[in-house]
Amino acid sequence: MRLERRDHVSARWALGAPFVAVAATLLLSSLLVLWAGKPVGQTFSAIALGGFGSVFAWSETLTRATPLILTGLAAALAFRARLFNIGAEGQLYAGAVAAIMVGGLHGGTGFEAPAWLLLPLMLLASALAGAALLLGPALLKAKLQVDEVVTTLLLNFIVLLAVGALLDGPMKDPTSMGWPQSVALQAELELGKLVEQTRLHSGLLLAGAAALGVWVLVRFSVLGFQIRATGANPQAAAFAGVPITRTIVLTAMLSGALAGLAGAIEVAGRTGYVTLDMSPGYGYSGIVVAMLAGLHPLGVVLASVFVAGMLVGADSMSRVVGVPTYIADVIVAASLLNMLVAVMLAQYRPRWR
Amino acid sequence: MELLGELFNLMGNTQFWVAVLRMATPLILGTLGVLLCERAGVLHLGIEGIMVAGAFAGWLAVYAGAPLWLGVAVAAGVGAVLGLLHALLTVGLALSQHVAGLGLTMLATALSYFAYRVRFPKVSTPPTITPFAEMAWLPIPVLNGQTPLTLLALLLVPAVAYLLYRMPAGLALRMVGENPHAAESQGISVATTRTLAIVAGSALMGVAGSFLTLSAFNAFFFNMVNGRGWICVALVVFASWRPGKALLGALLFAFFDALQLRLQQSGVAAEAFALPYQLYLMLPYVLSIVALIVVARRAAYPQALMKPYLKGER
Repeated sequence: MRLERRDHVSARWALGAPFVAVAATLLLSSLLVLWAGKPVGQTFSAIALGGFGSVFAWSETLTRATPLILTGLAAALAFRARLFNIGAEGQLYAGAVAAIMVGGLHGGTGFEAPAWLLLPLMLLASALAGAALLLGPALLKAKLQVDEVVTTLLLNFIVLLAVGALLDGPMKDPTSMGWPQSVALQAELELGKLVEQTRLHSGLLLAGAAALGVWVLVRFSVLGFQIRATGANPQAAAFAGVPITRTIVLTAMLSGALAGLAGAIEVAGRTGYVTLDMSPGYGYSGIVVAMLAGLHPLGVVLASVFVAGMLVGADSMSRVVGVPTYIADVIVAASLLNMLVAVMLAQYRPRWR
Repeated sequence: MELLGELFNLMGNTQFWVAVLRMATPLILGTLGVLLCERAGVLHLGIEGIMVAGAFAGWLAVYAGAPLWLGVAVAAGVGAVLGLLHALLTVGLALSQHVAGLGLTMLATALSYFAYRVRFPKVSTPPTITPFAEMAWLPIPVLNGQTPLTLLALLLVPAVAYLLYRMPAGLALRMVGENPHAAESQGISVATTRTLAIVAGSALMGVAGSFLTLSAFNAFFFNMVNGRGWICVALVVFASWRPGKALLGALLFAFFDALQLRLQQSGVAAEAFALPYQLYLMLPYVLSIVALIVVARRAAYPQALMKPYLKGER
């Protein structure tokens, strides 16, 4: 088999590719549901209803989508410059810890600063923490050609262990009865609810604004152009005068900052403190989200809602129908791979010879 | 001073070295697997997921009544099939090797966890099997505390080296990883060679996973691979893509891992440092990064690594 680049990508292929990918994913997951001995139709309708079927379902889905939008943007922005930041999970936790350091109840009193000042400080601190965490791998990549994938992946494990040590030690909540949980965030810093009686909080608006901001940056700014040029062809970009190292480092700072913000927003909007299981892999799912969106910042929002809906829907389906919730992870991973294949085949024609 | 004495005692302790070799085994197998793929020019980040799948499938086969070695074969087979998928994505379709590998890890992990939960919906303690026994009959000190899988891993090191440097197939494999255009002009099919390398390497990754459930432990746990796959990817760079150095790297790594475990348990070290236990657990990951940095300047990457090859395109 060999691939030939299509001279002209037909609209039918370009628009049809995502649907083919979704259909292939549904087929695979149906087989798994059948193997589990459960009714296929009921399983999928339960997932759809659980994720999107009511106001409550939507509120849960959007609550889950909020950190995913931010980690998805972190991945999309970095991947645009071909900086493979797989460390969003660690950066999220670093941001969460930074948020508690600034806005936590230290000894029951907290910082003597008004909330209107402390809130932006808290967000800034978490963004800086995320950015700082990615700075090392980015510099190592730019200066020493150390593969950033492996370094960022390994840093995730290191950060999680460090958070564990902090939760056992200096950040431990003395009232948590030995449960590994940090001191709580000051109540004044918690984000307001968007819909009463749900967990949906104003962090969603912040994530949406970030998506818009990243889109403007990538599409209209000089840095955005440099990021795209670096990703498309680093040699050509360098020849044309794009400062490659500077671009990579700046991209890394922004990408890490977005992932760090995800941590602060989770703490301020949902949990109120840091635990070791506050993120069910948002950092890794963010990569899937970014790829599903074709690295488009606004597409990240839609892809986040899709992935979050699957995860929330599978949780509620599992309680009713009894298919294990891991079906959602299978669907998400398979749709990533199918989407990649479909997009590739839209651009290339396989020749069987 | 007490700490030094303790360290000195440890170096003479056979049990310590038995632990080192045991902890090195999955790293040796996994590193050899990654090495085969990368020498052929393909990055394989699917290793983490393939190790999970191998650990699960091998264990499930034995749990269902298969003999232990059949379990290992099943793990290798599952690894090979997943490797074929990686080859299809990265060689056949020339997709981004980073993303395809990560996607494969997510898919393989999710499938394994899904299958575990379908098969065992409501178990709180994981069901167990009887794992490989130690080769107590061997007259070699540290090796007689190991299971046959460790022996297999050790024998595979010279085998892979022989394949790479002494056999035509190995030459073809290295050639498609260095200069695929030249290889193609010599009549070597780049696609076939890379596919075979990935399938063989992935089978080794599957066996590496099965070591965890069939030898090191006797059950399957979630998160039991715990980043070992990523460490193998780092070890290959550290080993300059050479099988002998890969063995050395895996042993060095396992040495520090075993050391941190002992230091955690030892009262002397706890008194000397009074550090949280998480800092000891961090050591393997920190060391991997340090290793990458140390060799960065002289890392001789296979020239065509991460460069997909499409006939007729440059």
